[in-house]
Amino acid sequence: MAMNEALHADEPPKVALLNNPAVRNALFQVLLVLVIVFLVYSALSNMYANLAAAGIASGFGFLNNPSGFAVNQALIEYNQAESTYGRVYLVGLLNTLLVAFFGIILATILGFVIGIARLSKNWMISRLATVYVETLRNIPLLLQIFIWYFGVLRLLPQPREGFDFGPLGLLNNRGYFAPKPVWGDGAQFIFWAFIVGVIAAIAVSRWARKRQMETGQIFPAFWTGLGLVFGLPVLVFLALGAPLTWDMPVAGGFRPRGGMTIIPEFIALLVALSTYTAAFIAEIVRAGILAVNKGQTEAAAALGLRNNFILRLVVVPQAMRIIIPPLTSQFLNITKNSSLAVAIAYPELTSVFAGTTLNQTGQAVEIGSIPMLSYLPISLITSAVMNWDNKRMALGERENDREDPSRRAERLADPEDQPER
Amino acid sequence: MRENLFSSIPYTILTLLVLYVLWTIVPPILNFAFFDAVWSGSDRNACANAEQGGLQPQGWFGGCWAYVGAYFNQFIYGRFPVDEQWRVNIVGILFFGSLIPLLIPKAPFKRENIAFLLGIFPIAALILLTGGHFRFEGFLPGTGFIFAPGASKFWADYIIASLIILALVAMIARGSDRDPGPGMRSTAIVLGVIAVALFVLTIDFGLNHITTDRWGGLLVTMVIAVTGITASLPLGIALALGRRSSMPIVKLFSVIFIEFWRGVPLITVLFMSSVMLPLFLPEGVTFDKLLRALIGVALFSAAYMAEVVRGGLQALPKGQYEAASALGLNWGQSMRMIILPQALKMVIPGIVNTFIGLFKDTTLVLIIGLFDFLGQIQSSFTDPTWATPVTSLSGYFFAAAVYFVFCYAMSRYSMFMERRLDTGHKR
Repeated sequence: MAMNEALHADEPPKVALLNNPAVRNALFQVLLVLVIVFLVYSALSNMYANLAAAGIASGFGFLNNPSGFAVNQALIEYNQAESTYGRVYLVGLLNTLLVAFFGIILATILGFVIGIARLSKNWMISRLATVYVETLRNIPLLLQIFIWYFGVLRLLPQPREGFDFGPLGLLNNRGYFAPKPVWGDGAQFIFWAFIVGVIAAIAVSRWARKRQMETGQIFPAFWTGLGLVFGLPVLVFLALGAPLTWDMPVAGGFRPRGGMTIIPEFIALLVALSTYTAAFIAEIVRAGILAVNKGQTEAAAALGLRNNFILRLVVVPQAMRIIIPPLTSQFLNITKNSSLAVAIAYPELTSVFAGTTLNQTGQAVEIGSIPMLSYLPISLITSAVMNWDNKRMALGERENDREDPSRRAERLADPEDQPER
Repeated sequence: MRENLFSSIPYTILTLLVLYVLWTIVPPILNFAFFDAVWSGSDRNACANAEQGGLQPQGWFGGCWAYVGAYFNQFIYGRFPVDEQWRVNIVGILFFGSLIPLLIPKAPFKRENIAFLLGIFPIAALILLTGGHFRFEGFLPGTGFIFAPGASKFWADYIIASLIILALVAMIARGSDRDPGPGMRSTAIVLGVIAVALFVLTIDFGLNHITTDRWGGLLVTMVIAVTGITASLPLGIALALGRRSSMPIVKLFSVIFIEFWRGVPLITVLFMSSVMLPLFLPEGVTFDKLLRALIGVALFSAAYMAEVVRGGLQALPKGQYEAASALGLNWGQSMRMIILPQALKMVIPGIVNTFIGLFKDTTLVLIIGLFDFLGQIQSSFTDPTWATPVTSLSGYFFAAAVYFVFCYAMSRYSMFMERRLDTGHKR
């Protein structure tokens, strides 16, 4: 046998058909495809048969039918009598995005504060932060939402006896009634001033970095930028003669009048989501800061950097590189977990669409898949953006390390293609 | 102490601030849970103040543990008939009795224990909880001419299917130049064991049949969590291996599967499994509501598990894969003996975190109308016998305490195992 192989060394050895990896892989994959095609086909054919038997319409035509149910929070115009299911979908989607947006901001701030507090040398503070993290992340989010909603906000006093925070608004079991800003003439210029400020701040920071690279001189770009972003709108606001009045809520019998109503469902969901997720973000932040080698801090100190510079220029940039990827998935978790609102009837995507609309139309397949397909792009886009940012912040690696070994072998073998020395 | 708390003026201020926060938070919680709580009583009068028509003084605010006590049985068993609850107790004793020795590293008989937990326990639990005495009608199409649907057709179908599988095994062995004997023998043993298990399920033990809509409380929570965990780990490992596979189609399907489940919220998955899944099944085939939720939970957590396992597979140095091939191990052997033991060990914290997440996520089934532990508590609030302003808070407090104990225990155990298994490879 061995001799035989030696004689025919230049021919491929004869192997059984199934021991040939290419054949085996191809066979396995063909089988897999066949099984999946069969499953999908039988599921679809069963579905059509079942739908026909139950007399349920299919297709997306129902999106143009009037919905006929009320939604208690809509960012866009919504009318119970005329608005369609398509409109309901938009209302729900916007409400999801609203709670996710504020949830992300609050959770990030709270999470960073608690994460840094866990590393504090002050024993009391680090203990308190640890207790916060351990308690909040070991209790199901749904239960926390229930506690905030049924256990706190619904137990608040009636509107008549509710809390009055004076200029800050009213709080009672119908929600939080905030003063509503009423913009006068020319208010859009303030918005444009804000946009101009942001662009100018970016330009200044680029210029400052370029100048620092060339000359070594440091320009206070951060404070200038802050001044531009907030100062410009304020200046325009004052120049226009402060075109802003506040519509104050007035305590009434059934519910307060005027002002801006923030429904208790939104508050409960927002508070529960952000405090719960903050516990996870705190752990991520803590791990990220701990992962920065102590030698880095010492080296920076040896260079003569002051304490806040060490933190800002050395520790934070390196920690952020570790923090950002898991932080992204927490942001996505907030967005996806906002669907738990269905349990307290906050009118977001899952609750108004997969809940009420499904009950009314019975089109389970379409209505089951639309929310799913709406969350998917949110998830995929967020991860794409964060991956891009992450790549920008990641450590630069040497070219050779990334090179495919076989390509490298070819290149080294080719005398024409030697790197210059 | 002084250095830690009062070393500088900002620190002193912070310390005092923390003390103030503790002072405003801790005493009310302790008062609610212990000092002002009501421990006994027969109805809402015990937990309502005078204004609400109860016995408590004006302004009283405390936990109503009398209500939790009155409902305790329902919180654990749901609507499981009281006379039959011993069956649930036996399942609980069997489960914890075999799980705890497994978790203690020094306890002996690990192999036997695992075999019991994965082999005998599920069948025993299924029979005890549902009542057993299952009726199988047969599953192969086109064999109706032998027997009418029923037990005989089922066993005839089973024998035919077994013969087909054995023939396939023999063909694969022939095709890869191996002696078909050992492969066929082990397949025959597996098929035989499955036949015995199925036969046991059909035996009438004289237990009353209890449908799953009577299950509830902690029982349902544990059933979903344990089944989900057991199903998601092997499925997750398979998906992770699929995602790292060199076969493009396998990889593509794994990536799509994983990214799809990870991109959607569990609630939509549960909605889908409860309203869409029945539509995908042939007419006449119905799935139990609990089973549908189980399928959704298992698929969902399998995707998360797959990503955790993939992390372990990627963290393993390439040399381990190459060394395994150099030893002449085939793919299955190298995975089983070299790669997976190391990779899984590395990601134990991640796996346990997924378990904890799954345990917490079981609460979501209450949204599709199953009565798990939280669902049972939530539904008890509507009972006018105990309806007081503090009922809901007492119920939530109790629920939070129970969930906390379970999740905290799991996370502590994972930290313990992580330290124990740490063989110093970490940088």
